[in-house]
Amino acid sequence: MIINVARKELKSVFASPMGWIILSLLMFAFGTQYLNGVNDYFAVMSGAMRPAERTGVTQFVGQSVYGLASFIMLFAVPLLSMRLIAEERRSQTLPFLFSAPISLTEIVVGKFLGLVAFLSILIVFIVGMLTTLNIWSDIDFGFLLANSLGLLLMVASFSALGIYFSSLTQQPVIAAILTFIALFALMMLDRFFASDPTNIVGSLSLTRHFQSFSNGLIDSADVVYFILFAATFLTLTVRRLDADRLRG
Amino acid sequence: MNNYTVEAIELTRLYGGREAVSNVNFTLSKGEVLGFLGPNGAGKSTTMKMLTGNLAPSRGSVKICGIDMMENPKEAKALIGYLPEMRPLYKELTVDEYLVMAARLHRVSAKHMKSAVENAKERCGLGHMSKRLIENLSNGYQQRVGIAQAIIHRPMVVILDEPTVGLDPIQIRDIRALIREVGCEHSVIISTHILPEVEMVCDQVQIIDKGKLVFNGSIDVLKRQRVGNKLLIGLRHPPAMDEVLRIAGVSEAESLENGMVRVRFAEGATPAEAIVQTAVQQGWGLYQIAPDQTSLEDVFVQLTYQEQAAV
Repeated sequence: MIINVARKELKSVFASPMGWIILSLLMFAFGTQYLNGVNDYFAVMSGAMRPAERTGVTQFVGQSVYGLASFIMLFAVPLLSMRLIAEERRSQTLPFLFSAPISLTEIVVGKFLGLVAFLSILIVFIVGMLTTLNIWSDIDFGFLLANSLGLLLMVASFSALGIYFSSLTQQPVIAAILTFIALFALMMLDRFFASDPTNIVGSLSLTRHFQSFSNGLIDSADVVYFILFAATFLTLTVRRLDADRLRG
Repeated sequence: MNNYTVEAIELTRLYGGREAVSNVNFTLSKGEVLGFLGPNGAGKSTTMKMLTGNLAPSRGSVKICGIDMMENPKEAKALIGYLPEMRPLYKELTVDEYLVMAARLHRVSAKHMKSAVENAKERCGLGHMSKRLIENLSNGYQQRVGIAQAIIHRPMVVILDEPTVGLDPIQIRDIRALIREVGCEHSVIISTHILPEVEMVCDQVQIIDKGKLVFNGSIDVLKRQRVGNKLLIGLRHPPAMDEVLRIAGVSEAESLENGMVRVRFAEGATPAEAIVQTAVQQGWGLYQIAPDQTSLEDVFVQLTYQEQAAV
């Protein structure tokens, strides 16, 4: 049943040019970054004489592509997540889902998975693109795995937050703006508390938890952080929709 | 074990202390069509939302085929097909895509998917619209898609909120025939403003006003109330009312403008013949005689007005 809701979401993303345009634009950005990364690699490494200054091509190119990806998702996710519930509310299509034999949790999780599945297409493309480096080099697949998992978890957290804000309003644009502000604040928290690394508020920052993944390290604490983050906002969304049913 | 398909028990819904629907009780059996009548804002849609689990009742409960909507919402919802007042259509999809999605969400198995979609399209006359975007369909066809969506999984109870709004007369006739057809095997609840429609398609009628049921019964009761024991007579030279009253069977006579006379008679009496005879003998200049029907509108206004007067 969750699958059917997710399929419905994917279908409506691809039913309009919106989905295709976002996919192609983002791929264009990542592809350019990748090409630049490869070019820069030769420029930088030819100047790096000492072995200590040398880094692998996977890390050099990968870090720049994944770094850009996590930054671009900050803009892309609010644009995609804004319509999930707000749009349905505005066009009064929610009763279609509410009167089907599915629970609210299934609806919310289905919508969430639909969005994450769409964004995973990009992650798969990125991995495919970086894998082409393997043709003339020996790349570090572990590094790619850690980065992809990190990006996936981060995108999932963004999406969960986006769905929550989408459930609060009837206006998709307001949902997008709120999501963007909230995500931006969460990303920037790290900067505000840069001088005090032990600060609890600082450790709420999404960037800080993405850090270990981008260094090729899968830290269970960070995995749990992202999962909890997403679960919290999905639960809040379910509660918000339930309140609709109760209060009307 | 009763075989009610829908049971509403003391259904009450408060909106910030105001009762939008209060203490609505009714039952519906298999093969019946229930018509929901009421002025704007009477609580028809609210009741329907509660029946379909879109809104939680403040008090009371809803049972669909014996399954409680609050306790087992999934099982209960699987037995319902619902078309809300605002059609829940995803306009960016084609008719086929939308119906397949509706069928999937209502647990139609992959094996029966194709036949379910074809069947629903055929019943709603959408066969040649399969590949069209819903956005590009006319209002009437969109309404048909909405109805197709509600019957696609062959639910036990079909709930349609104002199903014939925005349709042309031929489409309205088709939809009414469809409602009758669905009503034969399953139960149907429709709400409407169009009173003759209720007479045409419904077995049971409920009139709701200010959240309260003011009439609940079979359509025949309403019809009987409507016809009444009255005759309307047109006379060119109307006599004094005493003379009319002298005719056997007439219990009351009332003079109206243009020489019209309204005559009431006792239950079972048929004074028409006697009236005509007398009129001819006395030279009253009879030019018209007809049963005086109260329109359904009058009954409706009466019922909802009584309630207002009582408050």
